[in-house]
Amino acid sequence: NISPISHSLTHSDKHKHRNKMAKSPETEHPNKAFGWAARDKSGLLSPFHFSRRDNGENDVTVKILYCGVCHTDLHTIKNDWGFTYYPVVPGHEIVGIATKVGKNVTTFKEGDRVGVGVITGSCQSCESCDQDLENYCPQMAFTYNAIGSDGTKNYGGYSETIVVDQRFVLRFPEGLPSDSGAPLLCAGITVYSPMKYYGMTEPGKHLGVAGLGGLGHVAVKIGKAFGLKVTVISSSPSKEDEAINRLGADSFLVSSDPRNMKAAIGTMDYIIDTVSAVHALFPLLSLLKVNGKLVTLGLPEKPLELPIFPLVLGRKMVGGSDVGGMKETQEMLDFCAKHNITADIELIKMDEINSAMERLAKSDVRYRFVIDVANSLSPP
Amino acid sequence: KLPSSAYINWDTYCPSIRPGLWLLSLSPQSASRSYSYFTSPMAKSPEEQHPVNVVGWAAEDSSGVLAPINFSRRATGEKDVTFKVLYCGICHTDLHQIKNEWGNTIYPVIPGHEIVGVVTEVGGKVLKFKVGDKVGVGCLVGSCHSCENCANDLENYCPKMILTYNGIYHDGTPTYGGYSNIMVCDESFVISIPENLALDACAPLLCAGITTYSPLRYFGLDKPGMHVGVVGLGGLGHVAVKFAKAFGVKVTVISTSPDKKIEAIDRLGADSFLVSSDPDQMQVAMGTMDGIIDTVSATHPLLPLIGLLKSHGKLVMVGVPEKPLELPVFPLLIGRKLVAGSAIGGIKETQEMIDFAAKHNITADIELIPMDYVNTAMERLMKTDVRYRFVIDIGNTLKH
Repeated sequence: NISPISHSLTHSDKHKHRNKMAKSPETEHPNKAFGWAARDKSGLLSPFHFSRRDNGENDVTVKILYCGVCHTDLHTIKNDWGFTYYPVVPGHEIVGIATKVGKNVTTFKEGDRVGVGVITGSCQSCESCDQDLENYCPQMAFTYNAIGSDGTKNYGGYSETIVVDQRFVLRFPEGLPSDSGAPLLCAGITVYSPMKYYGMTEPGKHLGVAGLGGLGHVAVKIGKAFGLKVTVISSSPSKEDEAINRLGADSFLVSSDPRNMKAAIGTMDYIIDTVSAVHALFPLLSLLKVNGKLVTLGLPEKPLELPIFPLVLGRKMVGGSDVGGMKETQEMLDFCAKHNITADIELIKMDEINSAMERLAKSDVRYRFVIDVANSLSPP
Repeated sequence: KLPSSAYINWDTYCPSIRPGLWLLSLSPQSASRSYSYFTSPMAKSPEEQHPVNVVGWAAEDSSGVLAPINFSRRATGEKDVTFKVLYCGICHTDLHQIKNEWGNTIYPVIPGHEIVGVVTEVGGKVLKFKVGDKVGVGCLVGSCHSCENCANDLENYCPKMILTYNGIYHDGTPTYGGYSNIMVCDESFVISIPENLALDACAPLLCAGITTYSPLRYFGLDKPGMHVGVVGLGGLGHVAVKFAKAFGVKVTVISTSPDKKIEAIDRLGADSFLVSSDPDQMQVAMGTMDGIIDTVSATHPLLPLIGLLKSHGKLVMVGVPEKPLELPVFPLLIGRKLVAGSAIGGIKETQEMIDFAAKHNITADIELIPMDYVNTAMERLMKTDVRYRFVIDIGNTLKH
């Protein structure tokens, strides 16, 4: 049983949830809310009426301006991983304005520009939480498709407003645009955190980025900001021009070209692997130097094949990472503001979301859709 | 689907083992034949290559049957140490190689890379050793001495590293291992054996010892109070337990054989024992280990082992299954865990490991055998019927 949110849906939580489910999504909380939800594994999103809790003393209420469309949203609405609890309102790259703050909230005031990312809850008292690693807390709750601390289901950012405990709200730095900065709340931290943790930031070293999508293009920018030499590894030769001229990568490797791949063997210190489909690790591991590190961030449905010889003979490693803690996410936002790093986005209206999801399934986007929530989401 | 030998891209990892050969296009059998140094009419036979007559036991083909062979070694060069071999450990790699399981064996092959003995001659420029010293040689006898890895005392990761046997030396001749009466080795690859270590029982440390010591150190699994699992209780596994205990680490042995429990705990000092085929035991132990050293070379599932790790835990492979294993990605991400590999260690670290073993009285648990028992020993090793390393009593039983 490897469901990543099984810990946030314990038996007692589900029991509480079932009790609360005697009330409908519209009535379980006192404040009417509106968003778009998927109701089944067709993944089709459509208008959805639900409700949000009152702003508690530790809470911040956010009027949502923009919400990025993460590939996880697509996996979740289609129940690719088998643990979606419908109806699901996705969205965990949220930027908005604080409209209410509870009386215990000191770091934010009304009118502040804030962000909400992948996590909106944790136990706040375990070793992981004490070390600012809320993302590894066993009681960690995701922004959507998880059970919150009050036993009700969390609904995400494809909606007008969201109410979040202050610990999980981020200050959006001056100079970081709300629309193109929104994807950093997932894509940015997902790449930044393992680069710091696994020591992949030494200037002058050589980073390979496998896959040039939402995560990959941000990885290139962050890698360059750390002073690394960056090579994009992709199966699509057509992305080379952009990778080099627009994103600033130093070189481009077509993974399906055996001669190019062979020439690059043993040249990289680090690889960030963002590919979410099942794919071969062996060619990527060959690209690493001795003691090289590969971090895998995509979430394929099936296990990957791991050849052991290259790991052993080269003392190489394959590691995972899952977003980041709140302190580190704030650090990442400030880092990106300082280095002018934003995502390359395509702004869409809420009612274009279904065709955007179809295009995302074919990786037809340069490189993140962002929903213009405030200007396009209105109750019918 | 590529043959499993395709994953062992020797050309990339150890060019000195298969210079110039792109493995993918060859079957193991034809590769070995075409590689056979001795079908070339210009090549000299093993007896004629060098001036010093030596005896050993070799396998001539992939049946892996070992038999006496007369061959030769080079005269002691100015940086060489020559020693009379007293003992040689039998490593599972020896078994893999004599049977050509990795598709890269050059026949005849004389295995053995856990070699200890007494120095009989040193070259004019040798500084660290003198006649009468007790010395050992492990898996390496050469490297380039000029790359970044060599400069960092990581000769075991040098792209031109030369293995003690089944390799090609700087002079172009094949290297022959420790199932022989005399060994000649460059000083910089010779290990000094401290007085208080029993020679026969410390021989296996030269491979099994360093193979487990190095990753415990490198991956930081050596801090007192940590909890480390050891998968597989064989040559590597039993030494891993001893080193980990000496570091002050809590050790759990993970094994498919319940009958190894008593030994693991009473004799080797492990703190607990987990039967990996028992789902209840495995469930209780989930999320309890800082690291795991996996010594198993057969194909086996990684998912349960990854589950045993705490968040930020590390699974280190030191056994080498030929075929790829399934890597479930979700658990790696959710717990920020990693899977890594490690191969022996550099010479400096090997010496450090031997000195550490001497200080903490760590030796291998061995079964000493005469040379002519070696084929039976190999059969038993295949069935893992040994507690926990065979060591050949070369000095007393290898006859001319």
